[in-house]
Amino acid sequence: MIIGRLAPALFGLLALAAWEAAVRLTGVPVYLVPGPIAIVGAFFADPIGLLSALASTLVVTFAALTVAALLGTTMALAMAASRLAQAAIQPWAVVLQVTPIVAIAPLIIVWVGDPFASLVVCATIVAFFPMFANTAAGLAATPADLADLFRLYGAGRWQALWLLRLPVALPYFLAGLRISGGLALVGAVVAEFVAGSGGFASGLAYRILEAGYRLEVPRMFAALVLLSLAGIAINFGLGAIGAAIMRRRGDG
Amino acid sequence: MLTVRTVGRRFPGGVEALRDVSLRLRAGDFVALLGPSGCGKSTLLRLIAGLDRQDSGTLDWDAGHAPTPGEIGFVFQDATLLPWASAEDNVFLPLRLRNVPRAQAIPEVRAALDRVGLSGFEAARPRQLSGGMRMRVSIARALVTRPRLLLMDEPFAALDEFTRHRLQADLLALWQSTGCTVLFVTHSIYEAAFLARRIALMTPRPGHIEREMVSPLRPEPQTRLDPAYAALVAKISQVMEASLGEQ
Repeated sequence: MIIGRLAPALFGLLALAAWEAAVRLTGVPVYLVPGPIAIVGAFFADPIGLLSALASTLVVTFAALTVAALLGTTMALAMAASRLAQAAIQPWAVVLQVTPIVAIAPLIIVWVGDPFASLVVCATIVAFFPMFANTAAGLAATPADLADLFRLYGAGRWQALWLLRLPVALPYFLAGLRISGGLALVGAVVAEFVAGSGGFASGLAYRILEAGYRLEVPRMFAALVLLSLAGIAINFGLGAIGAAIMRRRGDG
Repeated sequence: MLTVRTVGRRFPGGVEALRDVSLRLRAGDFVALLGPSGCGKSTLLRLIAGLDRQDSGTLDWDAGHAPTPGEIGFVFQDATLLPWASAEDNVFLPLRLRNVPRAQAIPEVRAALDRVGLSGFEAARPRQLSGGMRMRVSIARALVTRPRLLLMDEPFAALDEFTRHRLQADLLALWQSTGCTVLFVTHSIYEAAFLARRIALMTPRPGHIEREMVSPLRPEPQTRLDPAYAALVAKISQVMEASLGEQ
């Protein structure tokens, strides 16, 4: 039981030790493949610089996630309200999903102008679709019998929406939020890469680029590790919030 | 209460669910619609509830107009409760949809839960309740508006036999104490024979009421031990097999 719980951590440590040993035994130069110790060293050489860059990326991420959640829910509601809106919106949502953000980010950055806003717009585009698609699926998932029950008792549109369709859609919305959280981070980083030094307060992606130019490869890796950890934290954090909301409601 | 006159219903796609169905429902009666799956029993129930419309024929209400929301109670095959709401909130729902303030509704809601034997379970969520208790909540919800007509669509089909027997006996008691009219859809001959005062036998493709039978039994739990009950079950089986065999 305890072994089972510790297994991932033990495996991780083992892999890191093997990595460090391989780097030392083969004598690969640090600007090609740094070992874990060098990476940790690079982090502690400038923790404030890296962490403030992470904070700036996270601000973009959460701003984009908020906008994506609001926009996705609004569009999903519009689609649920009328078939015409559904026919009009759905294909465009897919277009938005399949367009690679790297391809349109330069345009967005030029058009929007303000660096912070343009990063948020890029990250929002990436985070939007799961939010929208999940909420739309949730709003369409109302059990037929319950819909009949509401009809039988003469429920109005708003009553049915507020007391039935939105509560049914809530777990779908929360699942979408969790997926979009990770995507918003990816979107923010991609946008920062494209924006380069013109980015807002220089996020982690810019630090990675900068370290790359200077061949400070351990610092690149340290920034990468921070990004992964942030992504994992966002995923687990949003998952935990969702689970808590469902538990509180009593049907999770 | 209601006269169903030569009602027909054909679904888009051409399936004829009902043809020339006629049925008289008197106030205070307990009628079972009995037939195999797919014979149009539920379709007829949905027409009467106003959840669907017939293509031909009429529903003539003695009151001169179709019932208003709340005058009909409907119990589905599943309990169809809101999974996030307590038993009390689920029973409150029909009143809430009519904008009755909570404080005013609560005594009525508690009384309905009490009538189905669920006092003390007001705060329980559906998933904390057994299948039989969930169905009791569903019945309390249907009764809370004091309906004149209670429509039930195979409500006990998914329950185990012991629970089913208890709920059937309790339903008889509720019917007698509330005095409302019950139209009960079932595919169980035993259930129809035990519960109903009148049994309408339906045959499928297209759905049609083949014959109506009046129960000679008294509506009480001991009926199951009465030889007359066994005789009625045998008679219905015979008639049913003969009608189905003709097709």
